[in-house]
Amino acid sequence: MSAGSLPRILAVAKNAFREAVRDRVLYNLIVFVLLITASAIFLGELTAGQEARVIVNLGLTAMLIFGTFIAIFVGVSLVWKEIEKRTVYAIFSKPVGRGEYIIGKFIGLSATLLLNTIVMGVGVSLALLYVGNTSLAASIWPTVLLIFLELTIITAVAILFSSFSTPALSALLTFLVFVIGHFSTALRELSRDMASEAARLLFSGLYYIMPNFSHFSFATEAANGMTPNSAMLGGSIVYAVVYNIILITVTVVIFSRRNFK
Amino acid sequence: MEYAIEIKGLTKDYETGFWRKKKVRALEDLTLKVRRGIIFGFLGGNGAGKTTTIKTLMRLQFPTAGSATILGHDIADVQMHQRIGYCPENPYFYDYLTARELLSHFGELFGIPSSDRFDKCETLLGAVGLDPKDRGKQLRKFSKGMLQRVGLAQALLNDPEVVFFDEPMSGLDPVGRREIRELIAGLRDKGTTVFMSTHILADIEALCDEVAILRKGKLAAAGDLAELLAGHEGDRVLEVNVQSVRADAIQDEVDLIAGAELFQKPNGVAIQISDESDLEAVLAVTRRHGGSLISVQPVKQSLEDLFVNESND
Repeated sequence: MSAGSLPRILAVAKNAFREAVRDRVLYNLIVFVLLITASAIFLGELTAGQEARVIVNLGLTAMLIFGTFIAIFVGVSLVWKEIEKRTVYAIFSKPVGRGEYIIGKFIGLSATLLLNTIVMGVGVSLALLYVGNTSLAASIWPTVLLIFLELTIITAVAILFSSFSTPALSALLTFLVFVIGHFSTALRELSRDMASEAARLLFSGLYYIMPNFSHFSFATEAANGMTPNSAMLGGSIVYAVVYNIILITVTVVIFSRRNFK
Repeated sequence: MEYAIEIKGLTKDYETGFWRKKKVRALEDLTLKVRRGIIFGFLGGNGAGKTTTIKTLMRLQFPTAGSATILGHDIADVQMHQRIGYCPENPYFYDYLTARELLSHFGELFGIPSSDRFDKCETLLGAVGLDPKDRGKQLRKFSKGMLQRVGLAQALLNDPEVVFFDEPMSGLDPVGRREIRELIAGLRDKGTTVFMSTHILADIEALCDEVAILRKGKLAAAGDLAELLAGHEGDRVLEVNVQSVRADAIQDEVDLIAGAELFQKPNGVAIQISDESDLEAVLAVTRRHGGSLISVQPVKQSLEDLFVNESND
C-alpha cells in the first residue's frame, strides 16, 4: 500500500459496483418493493391498526435477508470468479497491489449493498407514509444503518472465505457465521454452562472470534417506534469498522500469498 | 549495461494432488538476459514452461527459487508495473464491460488522467484493428480474435518500456496476424522491448532479434536468431526443385554426383547439393529425363528444424 493507492482502490471498487449492477443484483429490489407494497395494502387490513409495525418488521427483516443473500452470493464469487476466469492476470500485471484489490472489492460490494439498503429503506418509509405513520417513517433509519453495518461484516467474511475456498464452501461457511453471529449470546451462555473445560474453551473461543450481530439487531424495537441510542449506534459503528479491518487484513495476508494457476 | 529483463536461476515447482502432495517442476534454474529495445522470442513446446516463466515475471505466481528483475527492479516491486505491459495467453476480461470501458478502467489503474483516457483508448483500439462499431459492445459478445486484439491494446495502454506477449497471434486470422506482426515490429522501432512467446515459428523468424528455447522447463538454447540458425546449418547449400520427373528414374545418375541427395516431392523431385558447381550436372540429368525446372534456392536450416532439435531431445 502506498500514497497512490487510493485511486486504484476506488477504480477497483467502482468496477466491482458496476459488475454487481450489470449482473442484475439490484433486481432483488423489485421483489422487495412488491413485498412491501403488498404488505402495506393487504397485511394492514388483516391486523387492524398494526399495519405500521408489520411493515417495519417485515421490511427490516427482508432488508437483512435480501442483503445477506447478496453479500454471500456476490461476495463468495467476487474474488474466486476472477481467479477462475483469469481476469486477475491483466489486473495484477498493472501496478495494483493485492491489498488494494481486496479493499477495492470490499468497498465496491459494500457500496452496492448501501444503495440496495437505502432504496429498501426508502421503500419501507414510503409504505409507512402510505399507512399514515410519519414518525416511524423517519425513526427506522438508524436501524437501517445498523443493518447495513451487519451486511458489511457478512461481505468481509464472504470475501475472506473466497480468498482461499470454492464459492459453494465459502457460501456455506459464511452462512454459518451469519447464523452463529445471531446466536452469539447463546454461545456465551453455553460456554458458561459447559461442564468440561475443553467445551467451555471452545464455546468461549467461538464467542470471541465470531461476529456478534446482536450489536446490530434492533428491528423489533424499531417496529415499536424506538431508536438505538447514540452509545449503541457509536459502539456498533466502531465494532463493525474494527471487525472489518481485521477480516480484510487477514484476507489480504492470505490473498497476497496466492499463486494464480 | 542494464538489461530490460534479467532472470537468475528461476525455478518453479507446482504441487499436485490433495492429500499426498507431489511436486512437479515446471521451470528449472532458468537464467536469461534480454537486451533493451529488441524483440525476444520465447519458444518451447507445450508444457515447456513458457507461460510459467511469464506468469512468474508478472508476479501472478511466486518462484520456488531464483530471482528476476525487469528494468532493474525486482519483480516484486509493484510500482515497476507502471512501466511494463502484459497480454496473457487467450486473454479473458470482464465480459460485462465494453472494450472502451475495459481500457478506461485499466487506464484508471495506471493513473492515466481522465482527460487523456478516451483518446488513448480509441487510438489503441484502432491500432490493434478493432472496428469502431465493436468498441461499444460488451466483451461477452466478442470472438476470440477480437478479445486478443483488446488484450494487445490493454498491454500498450501505459506506453510500456517492456511488453510481454504470451502467444499474441492466438485466435487471429491471417490478415489479423499480419497487422499484429506489423504492430509488434513498430514497437521495436519505438524502442520498446518485446518479450513474446509463440508457437508460430514464422512470426519468430519474421520478428525476433533473439530467441530462447525451453525444453521441459530448462533452457535448451538462447541467443541471436541468425547465429543460432547459422550454427545449425547443414552441409547442403542449394536445393533444385524439378517437376515432371520421378525420383526412381534419376536416382542412379544423381548418386554419381558427390554430396547430392534426392527427395521425392508430390509433383516431382528436389535435389540438394553441397557444391554450387554441381548445379549444371544436376540440371542436365533432370532435363534428360524430361523434367522442367521450378526453382533453385539456398538450403537454410529452418527455425522449425532448430526448434524440433532443441525442444525434442
